[in-house]
Amino acid sequence: MFEWFGKINFTPHTRVTEFADHLKDGYLMGSKCRKCGFETYPPRADCPKCLSPDFEFNEISGQGTLLTHTQITAAPTGFQDIGTYRVGLLDLKEGGRLLAWIGESIGEDEVKIGMQLQVVPRIFEDTPDIKVYYTLEKPGTTWNKAPKPGAATP
Amino acid sequence: MSRIGIIGIGHGKFGRRSDASVQELAFESFAEALSDAKIERKDIDATVIGAVPEYHKQRSLAGAIQEYLEMTPKPTWLTEVACASGSAAIRTAWMGIKSGLHKVVSVIGCQKMTELQTPEILALMGRVGEVQWESIFGTTFPGYYAMFANRHMHEFGTTKEMLAAVAVKNHFYGAMNKKAMFQKEVTLEKCLASDPVASPFGIFDCCANADGAAAVILAEEERARAIAGDRVVWLDGLGCATTTMSVLRRPSLTGISSATEASKQAYEMAGVGPADIKVADVHDCFTIAEIMAYEDLGFCKKGQGGHFIAEKQSYLGGRTPVNVDGGLKSKGHPIGTTGVSMTVEVVKQLRGDCGERQVKDADVALTHNVGGIGQYCFVHIYKKE
Ligand SMILES: [Zn+2]
Repeated sequence: MFEWFGKINFTPHTRVTEFADHLKDGYLMGSKCRKCGFETYPPRADCPKCLSPDFEFNEISGQGTLLTHTQITAAPTGFQDIGTYRVGLLDLKEGGRLLAWIGESIGEDEVKIGMQLQVVPRIFEDTPDIKVYYTLEKPGTTWNKAPKPGAATP
Repeated sequence: MSRIGIIGIGHGKFGRRSDASVQELAFESFAEALSDAKIERKDIDATVIGAVPEYHKQRSLAGAIQEYLEMTPKPTWLTEVACASGSAAIRTAWMGIKSGLHKVVSVIGCQKMTELQTPEILALMGRVGEVQWESIFGTTFPGYYAMFANRHMHEFGTTKEMLAAVAVKNHFYGAMNKKAMFQKEVTLEKCLASDPVASPFGIFDCCANADGAAAVILAEEERARAIAGDRVVWLDGLGCATTTMSVLRRPSLTGISSATEASKQAYEMAGVGPADIKVADVHDCFTIAEIMAYEDLGFCKKGQGGHFIAEKQSYLGGRTPVNVDGGLKSKGHPIGTTGVSMTVEVVKQLRGDCGERQVKDADVALTHNVGGIGQYCFVHIYKKE
């Protein structure tokens, strides 16, 4: 259910919809092309290299290096209730990039380009609907994972 | 190869135009361009509109404008590539003439942004980036350029003072431009102390939404010479390129790669290089954007953009005067209009009509118009006879 992904979701329908189910279970998934083996994050159904539409999900560590960041004060619709928030762009160890909020384990003065960070799956606790997301935290941060990951195929 | 020239220009007042509808704004600049070219509506074969539709209640704006100008049944269509829509309109007009389909084409950039209520603006602002993986974290237009700025500062030692110096320059020239939204100088201290938007940006690092229209009329060489004589300004180089919308797939975080590519094409086509450009209007939607433009266009080396402004090389009398009309920063940024506004300015510069803002002996000029956060870029090079 991709519509679970994000505080506000703009993309309810996609072929990588099960990404959000895996994230809810505590697993961060990229994609792997079944034809040529190309791996990437964010996951995509259609291979940009060989054009094959045949893919599978592929768990990644979520470790990476901070490329850049900003602290947003002027927030758009849907984000004004959370006050000022920090957004970071991560270069993932396994390839690809990920954009997320910088989490509470990183202090105000600790954000530095080039620092190592860990992507941590999260669930919004206080919403009636299921809402999943992730934050960037200190390396070594742990989180709960469901005992069995969901099916690894779309 | 036969050339295509600009034979008429018109530019309305930018700002909060609560006095006029979008058709009326378009009319104002179109009528001025007609009178500047000294031609009549029957001499024009088609109208291309540059505008971004989601700001207007009237859907399919091109037809509504064509009607208001009483230009029906001549053809019209709209081009949309976010903030570069105006330059895309000029490019399609050039293509229409080059193909032989038309001989004289008018281009109108027009945008009314202040009719929307704040919640609608804030909702649009939240969908500037790639919506599947990025906008869900509340990314904004300033937020993306702020991330480029932080990376540029990290790699090249660019400072907040250098960013603010861009705003100071553009307000300095904007104060001399009667069409600008903000005709007031600002100090470096005021810029640096302005309210935070997205770090490292304060409000003075950002351009403002605005209403306004601008128009240019293009013609094939023979017609252009017959109509405008030695006042014609030639569009001799066109470059256009794209890069990813998503920062997750972006090749460079310290420059706009579509601008580098588009400028390469335009320089080659016009047979000139960066050192030949006597005046440029570039897309300073944020202060860092102008600094990256200096580098992407080859006015200075990669990483030296901050020093270029600190040394006042982009002022009148500097190596390459940039945005001496005030830029988006001071003129305001009616997004579909901006590319046409830039063109009006450089045509005036090449005609020698800019008064106290005039670049001496200007004979080659450049416009650099970026769409969105860089996913589109159009670079055009203009020459005097
Ligand atoms: Zn493949």
